[in-house]
Amino acid sequence: CEYGHHASCTSLYKKPFVESFEETPLLVAVLTYMGYGILTIFGYLRDFLRDWKFEKCHLAREREEQKDFVPLYQDFENFYTRNLYMRIRDNWNRPICSVPGAKMDLLERVTPDYNWTFEHTGNVLKDVINMGSYNYLGFAENTGTCADAASECTVKYGVGVSSTRQEIGNLDKHEELEILVARFLGVESSMAFGMGFATNSMNIPALTGKGCLILSDELNHASLVLGARLSGSTIRVFKHNNMQSLEKLLRDAIVHGQPRTHRPWKKILILVEGIYSMEGSIVRLPEVIALKKKYKAYLYLDEAHSIGALGPRGRGVVDYFGLDPSDVDIMMGTFTKSFGAAGGYIGGKKELIDYLRLHSHSTVYATSMSPPIIQQIITSMKCIMGEDGSTLGELCQLSENTTYFRRRLHEMGFIIYGNNDSPVVPLMLYMPAKIGAFGREMLKRNIGTVVVGFPATPIIESRARFCVSAAHTREMLDKALNAISEVGDLLQLKYSRKNRHGNEGSDSFSFLESHQD
Amino acid sequence: MNIDRESSESEAPAYHLILEGILILWIIRLLFSKTYKLQERSDLTEKEKEELIEEWQPEPLVPLVSKDHPSLNYDVVTGPPSHKIIVNGKECVNFASFNFLGLLESERVKLKALSSLKKYGVGTCGPRGFYGTFDVHLELEERLAKFMRTEEAIIYSYGFATIASAIPAYSKRGDIIFVDEAACFSIQKGLQASRSFIKYFKHNDMEDLERLLKEQEIEDQKNPRKAKVIRRFIVIEGLYINTADLCPLPELVKLKYKYKVRIFLEESMSFGVLGEHGRGVTEHFGVNIDDIDLISANMENALASIGGFCCGRSFVIDHQRLSGQGYCFSASLPPMLASAAIEALNIMEEDPGLFRVLRDKCKHVHKALQGTPGLKVVGEPLAPALHLQLENSSGSRTDDLKLLRAIVDYSLDRQIALTLARYLDKEERFLPPPSIRVVVTVEQTQEEIERAAQCIRQAAEKILK
Repeated sequence: CEYGHHASCTSLYKKPFVESFEETPLLVAVLTYMGYGILTIFGYLRDFLRDWKFEKCHLAREREEQKDFVPLYQDFENFYTRNLYMRIRDNWNRPICSVPGAKMDLLERVTPDYNWTFEHTGNVLKDVINMGSYNYLGFAENTGTCADAASECTVKYGVGVSSTRQEIGNLDKHEELEILVARFLGVESSMAFGMGFATNSMNIPALTGKGCLILSDELNHASLVLGARLSGSTIRVFKHNNMQSLEKLLRDAIVHGQPRTHRPWKKILILVEGIYSMEGSIVRLPEVIALKKKYKAYLYLDEAHSIGALGPRGRGVVDYFGLDPSDVDIMMGTFTKSFGAAGGYIGGKKELIDYLRLHSHSTVYATSMSPPIIQQIITSMKCIMGEDGSTLGELCQLSENTTYFRRRLHEMGFIIYGNNDSPVVPLMLYMPAKIGAFGREMLKRNIGTVVVGFPATPIIESRARFCVSAAHTREMLDKALNAISEVGDLLQLKYSRKNRHGNEGSDSFSFLESHQD
Repeated sequence: MNIDRESSESEAPAYHLILEGILILWIIRLLFSKTYKLQERSDLTEKEKEELIEEWQPEPLVPLVSKDHPSLNYDVVTGPPSHKIIVNGKECVNFASFNFLGLLESERVKLKALSSLKKYGVGTCGPRGFYGTFDVHLELEERLAKFMRTEEAIIYSYGFATIASAIPAYSKRGDIIFVDEAACFSIQKGLQASRSFIKYFKHNDMEDLERLLKEQEIEDQKNPRKAKVIRRFIVIEGLYINTADLCPLPELVKLKYKYKVRIFLEESMSFGVLGEHGRGVTEHFGVNIDDIDLISANMENALASIGGFCCGRSFVIDHQRLSGQGYCFSASLPPMLASAAIEALNIMEEDPGLFRVLRDKCKHVHKALQGTPGLKVVGEPLAPALHLQLENSSGSRTDDLKLLRAIVDYSLDRQIALTLARYLDKEERFLPPPSIRVVVTVEQTQEEIERAAQCIRQAAEKILK
């Protein structure tokens, strides 16, 4: 609010906007860097041993006939993969053999050689509580109206389409879906695509080109970054969710024009996401829209995680803030998370969608969506809209679960990032060894969690990320919370210095705190 | 002597002092002068900036599209895209979907997809790394690797994204890629994302490619240290979708070993079509599959599912599990589609006679379409998707497209479903001429093929006189 154009920024928000990103405690940061340092030294040592054949090398090798070709991979590019990622690789790519609902069945894997190879024992870990899948409204199920409708559709239409939208792959189902999505979002018109990632990477190049400016948030998803790069426009990055940084970039761009020639920019496009999945933060949409209107820029909102999950009617972040959907020029989202299907959509004015029908890479070259997937989206969307008689129970359940889960974790003393209303809950781990330990300990207690480290996050800010679902019952959440608390005590993860009830004496950090200040 | 030297050492010469004095004054001046930022135009006041902001008008977000643009209204298919397809309300024989092996309507495939749906639901709710890996994905990858007789395979959830994610995973800024001019759009996007040097060689012209490779060799000798780290790739398609002809694979393999370049082969049109068992162009030519570094194909043509896969040696494929953008950052393939693909593979393995039937039909269609007045058949007799181009172009692409569209409409009226081959005119690097796509499937009967050829001939006579 530096330039004094809004009387007060808070007047744009109809309800309190509470988010927290507690700073990394200094001791923890130092220990984390030390941890990475030790791992790097060991990495070099092990590479040395492998090169000189003291240690067996499990890596796949180049063919004998191609030994004199230029190496396909540089040694240092894969240093991190070989020496750090490989140690804790069992926390990712865990195969499941059931519906990815609130509880799932995992295939048991064992490794005889420290994660270089895996073997399936044939056992199944049953009823593991699923805190990792993006199942916000609980539509990942194999029984019920959605599954029945999808079955009928499979019998009638089959599974494949084998043609593109512009050729002969445009089924009546696609048109039905697009009309429904437009109605759901409250926009004039919409288009659906087969893959969420491709929706961004194929449509942003159709909208901007050379001579345009893209202002992208620091923490945007890889698909948005790829789409922006493929478009050929100039890209400038503003600090995450920081409106002062965005305003400064907008002003500089309009006042100074293109670099060197100073010609005015053709268009300015702001790329933001509804919920940022690694931070759990929600975009400051009222302020972004105010800025966009003032500086005549266009807004591209990627609601991959927020559609269906936020807002009293489940219409995403626009509904959450009570804003008008026509203020957002391009509303994009995916069907993978809240609708239990696959694919993406773009909604907006009719001119925009007509243009995309002709110029989007996807409609010309990519196969159209599969009919049973479309049916799943149609049925689940109608459920959310309440059109088939069911209530909005899932939405209330999700927001209740989110509030309860975040409050309890906060009370336990963990550092949680993000907005209080976001169903994505990152819990900070920081140290590299704790990444692996957390994932494994939680699995021992029958809870499936997702842990993320570098390069998806900054190097010292590794975290565990929980996705709360409407399908989680209170008992499941309590069980998960107890397990998290247990593991948190075991691994000393309760770093938070504010707002802690109980658990005072057991943590070494409170001891240090009282002696530091 | 000594006295003189002492006196000269005790007092510094005058010019020394003056020089040092000037230097000190200069430093003081620099310290107190303003710093200039290169970017700012320091002569703009706040008021001028406000005016500039007021005045700036952006272009409209999208240019206006005229309501009667020919491609704006898609042909609508009611019901499944099967052999008897209902286009715009009329039932036609399908000569337009890439359903080469007729598996879109297979009851077995549908049943398998249904049982998978009952077990797993529809969506996977996550990328492969975060509980999005299902046992069906692992099974499909194993089966594809076994079918193609390679070590490993990796599947993607979208056919277009397969080669477009694979190329940038290996080739980075500074590397060199030699590509055929007729490469399809997804390859072009992969090349653009990789930021490498791209060198195009004329379509299927091995001499042109060899010339480029020789030029590169000369460059390398000038700077051998750099040459040791620059990776080189050749990207080709087995059966080109734009020109419907084969690539000369044995010659390419020879060039590979002579100039030490790696080959990436895109087999979307030839997988499940060429070769005795449908293993693609390597089986067709009898080339050892290990000689090709990476084979990529989509499962949307012969396998009648959705998605794509890459196969090759573990040394090459495993890298994509962490660097393939379309693999790591996207939700995985819905399990029912993976099950459908597995069942389609089963059908392909059980009945290798299918491929011979398809090849015969392709030859038949190719022969039947010869001699159409005003249209020429572009493509080899083996190719299942041919192009019909105008023999004499009118000079304007829009007019050509209108004529071809008229032929397509005429055929639709007579219950033969055809389609125009679609391209993005401004984005394609080497835009192919406008054409009608004719696709051959195993389900087309002799009589239907004759009828279609007859219909196209009549249309051409009527419209292209």
